[in-house]
Amino acid sequence: MAISKKAFDAEAAAAMTAELRAAFGAGKTRSYEWRVAQLNAIAKMMEDREREIVDALRSDLGKPEFESVLYEIGTVKNSCKHTLKELKQWMKPEKAGTPFVIFPSSGEIVSEPFGLVLIISPWNYPLSLALDPVIGAIAAGNTVVLKPSEIAPATSAFLAKHVEKYLDSSAVRVVEGGVPETSALLEQKWDKIFYTGNGRVGRIIMAAAAKHLTPVVLELGGKSPVIVDSDVDLKVAVRRIIIGKWGLNNGQTCVAADYIITTRDFAPKLVNALKHQLEKFYGKDPLESKDLSRVVNSNHFDRLSKILDEEKVSGKIIHGGHRNRDQLKIAPTILLDVPEDSLIMNEEIFGPLLPILLVDRLEESFDLILSRPKPLAAYVFTNNQSLKEKFVLNISAGGIVINDIAVHLTVPTLPFGGVGESGIGAYHGKLSFDAFSHKKAVLYRGFKADAALRYPPYTAWNLSLLKALMSGSLVSIINMLLGWSKNTVAKPKVA
Amino acid sequence: MHSNPSSMEQTAIAELNSTFISGATRTFQWRETQLKSLLRLLTEKEADCFHALYQDLGKSKLEAFKDEVGPLKKSIDYTLTHLKGWMSPKKAGINLLFFPAKGKTMPEPYGVVLVIAAWNLPLNLALEPLIGAIAAGNVVVLKPSELAPATSSLLAELIPQYLDIKAIKIVEGGVDVSQQLLQRKWDKIFYTGSARVGKIILAEAAKHLTPVALELGGKSPAIFDFQSLSSNVEVAVKRVASGKWGTLVGQACLAIDYLLVEEKFASALIDMLTKTIKKFYGESLNKFSRVASKRQLDRLQKLLKDPAVADNIVYGGSVDKDALILEPTILLNPPLDADVMTEEIFGPILPIITLNNISESIGFINSRPKPLVIYGFTNNKTLKRSILNGTSSGGVLFNDVLLHFLCDELPFGGVGSSGMGRYHGKYSFDTFSHEKAVLDAGYLVELEARYPPWNSFKMAFVRTAYKLDYIGLLLLLIGLKRYPKVHKD
Repeated sequence: MAISKKAFDAEAAAAMTAELRAAFGAGKTRSYEWRVAQLNAIAKMMEDREREIVDALRSDLGKPEFESVLYEIGTVKNSCKHTLKELKQWMKPEKAGTPFVIFPSSGEIVSEPFGLVLIISPWNYPLSLALDPVIGAIAAGNTVVLKPSEIAPATSAFLAKHVEKYLDSSAVRVVEGGVPETSALLEQKWDKIFYTGNGRVGRIIMAAAAKHLTPVVLELGGKSPVIVDSDVDLKVAVRRIIIGKWGLNNGQTCVAADYIITTRDFAPKLVNALKHQLEKFYGKDPLESKDLSRVVNSNHFDRLSKILDEEKVSGKIIHGGHRNRDQLKIAPTILLDVPEDSLIMNEEIFGPLLPILLVDRLEESFDLILSRPKPLAAYVFTNNQSLKEKFVLNISAGGIVINDIAVHLTVPTLPFGGVGESGIGAYHGKLSFDAFSHKKAVLYRGFKADAALRYPPYTAWNLSLLKALMSGSLVSIINMLLGWSKNTVAKPKVA
Repeated sequence: MHSNPSSMEQTAIAELNSTFISGATRTFQWRETQLKSLLRLLTEKEADCFHALYQDLGKSKLEAFKDEVGPLKKSIDYTLTHLKGWMSPKKAGINLLFFPAKGKTMPEPYGVVLVIAAWNLPLNLALEPLIGAIAAGNVVVLKPSELAPATSSLLAELIPQYLDIKAIKIVEGGVDVSQQLLQRKWDKIFYTGSARVGKIILAEAAKHLTPVALELGGKSPAIFDFQSLSSNVEVAVKRVASGKWGTLVGQACLAIDYLLVEEKFASALIDMLTKTIKKFYGESLNKFSRVASKRQLDRLQKLLKDPAVADNIVYGGSVDKDALILEPTILLNPPLDADVMTEEIFGPILPIITLNNISESIGFINSRPKPLVIYGFTNNKTLKRSILNGTSSGGVLFNDVLLHFLCDELPFGGVGSSGMGRYHGKYSFDTFSHEKAVLDAGYLVELEARYPPWNSFKMAFVRTAYKLDYIGLLLLLIGLKRYPKVHKD
């Protein structure tokens, strides 16, 4: 029986944030024990509910169980585990040295939660990109509202059903919905907003956040380029590129290989190797393969079709291209030598289409990449040390991987975040904790030494001594005090 | 004024762009040269700096050195000492599973950055961020505050003489110039000033997804636990006085805005404060720094004109309109909804709010926007802990005022409406850098399990690998570990 739910409007959003503020104010989320309990609950949810999650992901995206286990459930579990292991250390204040001029004193940096956090997650990894930030927010001691993507409805429903059951619902809530619900949420004052998605919506969110001076993390995307050099072990490189494109939610991943750049000379070999391995991975008829996600919905299917059908590009298809709209499937498709002003080269593809751009010399690829917005990731396949170094030095991106694709996401010691159009802020590992913490500077002073020189009335003597002290040079201080410095001015007699 | 500011600006920014692309600012040598030149500027032109600050704000030489020039020189020295280390990549530990991959993070400059400075520390708040931007290898447009015109002119004159004009540009002007500048896309914006303008800047930055650091203000309270201070109370009072009237008579984001004290100690405190003021400044008004402008003086007087507030003046209130001086003024329990208790005062007025018990100060502060700093004057460990863990602010200082501003190892910045982002020391370098992740994967070990077509073995492998269960992996590989069958539907 369908029960009509009351719409989640601004009033509901205000009520929810008021409740969570009260919970935060009461100190619920501050203790180490509370945070550990929540993280354990998330890990347990993954263990208990694996079957349901795999089914939800299959329903939403046709995601193969392998990808669900590796990239969704596995990521969340590992994140919990890593956080639980390190949390006590992360929560400790960090000692900070203090300068001589204010001796005696001691300093420290204390991590404290921002308070009320809003997390808006995308549809392509609807479980891990929802829960991974939640893990960070909770680890840092915040209260959280999670708004999962409505474009992955089965996973959204799963989260709505289980998160508040497993976790402390007085501090962690899930709000399902689309634009109206998100807008209602964005009208409220948050202490931090964490958004994963695209640049268009990222701007809207940042503008909404600006009204309340709310800091944001925006994990966006871009066109992640892959430069392929001719000196590589072709089989290995090609296999990694393939799973770095079609093995990542069928290309619907922010760090998927978006397009390839290689030399005219090398291209035929590369293309052959790609075709060969693609068949090995996905069979002769990839539309039948169980190891590929489908395109998420008809909107995106039509978008991708439009890209493929563009006149200047449709003749460049050298592999694949077949589609099935009912099943929302597009075969792994390779395009060769597409023009730079085509649709496919001017938006993030986010699908199973791989254009290959050709240059005469590999060095030319740098200009190609640098003339475009900074991507979330950039890749180079080469054994040439000099090319590697040049690439790392000159290409600005969120992250760079040499000789593989996307694997940096699984390393908790590496920041995951963009720059420029690809985003603001970063997370993963300790950075998740940091992203949701305010680092408060604390200075302790005692009363033992109180320098009269600090207080008015001021004289030239005060100034000279202050200068000497600030220079930190023991010699200048002694010189000053003993009257040997040319800056010395006689200390006035105090009445 | 320029006849066509917009097109001059365009040329300037085009030049900055090409300088950045050329890689000139990426070398350690370039950054070091700029910073050393800046240091020379502050040494050679110290007298000019003092003069400009005196013209703009009536700042005494000591205050000019203590609050502006001195900290800048210290920051440059600190940066020069540590810069090489900050610039070098940092290794990131990679677990065995990825052997022989190597991971690291590398800082890189954002590119073309905009720094907008405030008027009350017009030299320091312009150059301190500049130090960070240069250290991080960016090219910079610096817009000093038009409300401190002598300093702005001085910077416009001296910076091109000492620094690389192809990489660092000064743009002078007021609101209209700022608005124009904000229309373009910057790679980072660093703003010091008010929350009102901070929101405008953030909204403009949102259009371009530009990351922003906002150093704002707020009402920074002092919690005065008279009882626990016991014999230290005199020194504490001196520090309070200097934390209010010692920095441009309270025109500082870090000034004590208002003070909380227990009712029974209020009159003793007021008595001690007034004695201290007289000792520091004498009886006549002319020893005080002046209020920055007539507009500011009018604003401050207006705060006092509120009849409900005027009734609560227990000391001071006199004004010398021509000299732009407002006497240190103490209010006792003005109404909490009066402007003087809801707006950042930024002047020599000190409201004292009394409480029954000093522990109530936590709740009082928490019901208000998060301040830039909370000053806790107390020897009571429990109260210290309550303040530390029970309130939120940019920073906390115990038993003194302002000094954390001088600490290179402490992040300086606000939270909530007092700001976002931080700087000073390495934080300045970081705030102007993008920390790029770099992973160099190896070819040595090829994990077959990564590749489709996927099957039960590969699934088991991946699960085991994810647990970093190396023994389990070994057992799997040599066939000694059982695994469940996986259905592909």
